[in-house]
Amino acid sequence: MTAAPAEPRPAARPRAPRSEGRKAERRLGWLLCAPAALVMVAVTGYPILYSVWLSLHRYDLRFPAEQEFVGLANYAVVLTNSYWWTAFGVTVLITVVSVAIELVLGMALAVTMHRTLLARGLVRTVTLVPYGIVTVVAAFSWFYAWTPGTGYLAETVAPGSAPLTERAGSLAIIILAEVWKTTPFMALLLMAGLALVPDDLLRAAAVDGAGAWQRFVKVTLPVMKPAILVALLFRTLDAFRVFDNIFILTAGANDTSSVSMITYSNLIRGLNLGIGSTMSVLIFLAVAAIAFVFVKLFGTAAPGGDARGGGR
Amino acid sequence: MSLSNVPVGRRKAAWAFVNTVVVVYALTPVLWIASLSFKTRETMTDGHFVPREWTLAHYADIFRTDAFLRALVNSIGIALIATFIAVVLATMAAYAVARLDFPGKRALIGVSLLIAMFPQISLVTPLFTIERALGLFDTWPGLILPYITFALPLAIYTLSAFFREIPWELEKAAKMDGATPAQAFRKVIAPLAAPGVFTTAILVFIFCWNDFLFAISLTSSEASRTVPAALSFFTGSSQFEDPTGTISAAAVVITVPIVVFVLLFQRRIVAGLTSGAVKG
Repeated sequence: MTAAPAEPRPAARPRAPRSEGRKAERRLGWLLCAPAALVMVAVTGYPILYSVWLSLHRYDLRFPAEQEFVGLANYAVVLTNSYWWTAFGVTVLITVVSVAIELVLGMALAVTMHRTLLARGLVRTVTLVPYGIVTVVAAFSWFYAWTPGTGYLAETVAPGSAPLTERAGSLAIIILAEVWKTTPFMALLLMAGLALVPDDLLRAAAVDGAGAWQRFVKVTLPVMKPAILVALLFRTLDAFRVFDNIFILTAGANDTSSVSMITYSNLIRGLNLGIGSTMSVLIFLAVAAIAFVFVKLFGTAAPGGDARGGGR
Repeated sequence: MSLSNVPVGRRKAAWAFVNTVVVVYALTPVLWIASLSFKTRETMTDGHFVPREWTLAHYADIFRTDAFLRALVNSIGIALIATFIAVVLATMAAYAVARLDFPGKRALIGVSLLIAMFPQISLVTPLFTIERALGLFDTWPGLILPYITFALPLAIYTLSAFFREIPWELEKAAKMDGATPAQAFRKVIAPLAAPGVFTTAILVFIFCWNDFLFAISLTSSEASRTVPAALSFFTGSSQFEDPTGTISAAAVVITVPIVVFVLLFQRRIVAGLTSGAVKG
């Protein structure tokens, strides 16, 4: 669709214009993209390679003199460490549970935003509040809400206990905070998919005697499948990076650290760059694996890939 | 949709109920932190959702402390600069992606997609080291650079979706009517593109404003610490005071701009977030 070749020019050189125009277009395209591409590659590409290099070295800022090449020793250290696996388990748990809840809630919210007969603008506006609000602010709100004495939830829901001082309670609250904050984003992506479901199709199904639930399962969901998979992919990768909520709510106490959280602790408190980089690389690989599984197993079109690939 | 036989009045009542649930869901935590920020020190721990005694003392406190003011200036400055640069770079790239045909386009899209999914923590350790070596650690550019990088995919994605909707033939028509290319751009294309650029700027600003991980890892002092990072270091106006009230007040202050954006530009933000998402 974008392949509009240059207009036939005033015919000075009858055969050249087309390729000449192509060349100019190509050069302009590169020129326009170069700054963005350069920044993205310089700020991510180089550091990730540097990270791989660091992960193969013993490098502790407290003992800078002892820097040396240690091969895969750091990986062995991390992968045999129970803290790492605990954090990995916590991350997977938070990711799976919160994304599952978000999918259900997000779908309900999307249908509401799409179909409501009243005050559609108001509903959409308030829905954007959790999306826009700073995660740290929301986390503090939940933190105080569950602090015994201070909070309205601590007194009514769990009187006499302090959920943020025990593991299960903390994890539940972290998941709650994640779900609250990101369900609207999920809902917006799903709403975009809902808008694609043709009304005619729903009406035809209704005429054929399908009830509301059947129409939803048999018509709406299949049409929405690409949008659902894209939303799931985005949110799964995003949830896997969970950090802000944990930092504020528990600071990783009672084994509630995520992989991002222990990598951060290792870097800032431990100043161990070798181990920190090893964790960085492992998280990167985990995320790549998740993306790969989504694309291969579920056949998610890479989000936007086709839309922007030149329309072929 | 007239699928259902239920009378309109009943359906409206049902929707009114559902809408109320949504409003309560979305606003409760925000109202709670606002409520805390207005509670007096004595009633802070009474557990009531609505303050029994109101005060503005916490706001007065934070605006008197240097730590908060510096952080606020850092937050605003860093987010605005990063947004501006990211939107300029993304506008150029998105124009190319939407309108031109050139080899490497798919690679660009692929790279930006990869970055959109990139675990930011993976960059924190190397950036921490690199920025310390380059003297960028704990400076504005030290935060602006990663913000631009992670905002670019979002910005390019949103903008190219917007640009694809622009009727570019109008430009040709204007030129045929005798407009110079500059005039055609200024009078015809720029006004059509402006809403998309503006929407993207809001989304990017929200992203930069929200960041915590980089802000806390790549700063070490008030020189560049943004509000979300500063909040986690907050103590009361004196060190031994419980900081609940001041943290809440500061939290409300940085929430206000977001709420204003959302109120004013709801339609655009929704359009921006959902654009392109469908076509994948």
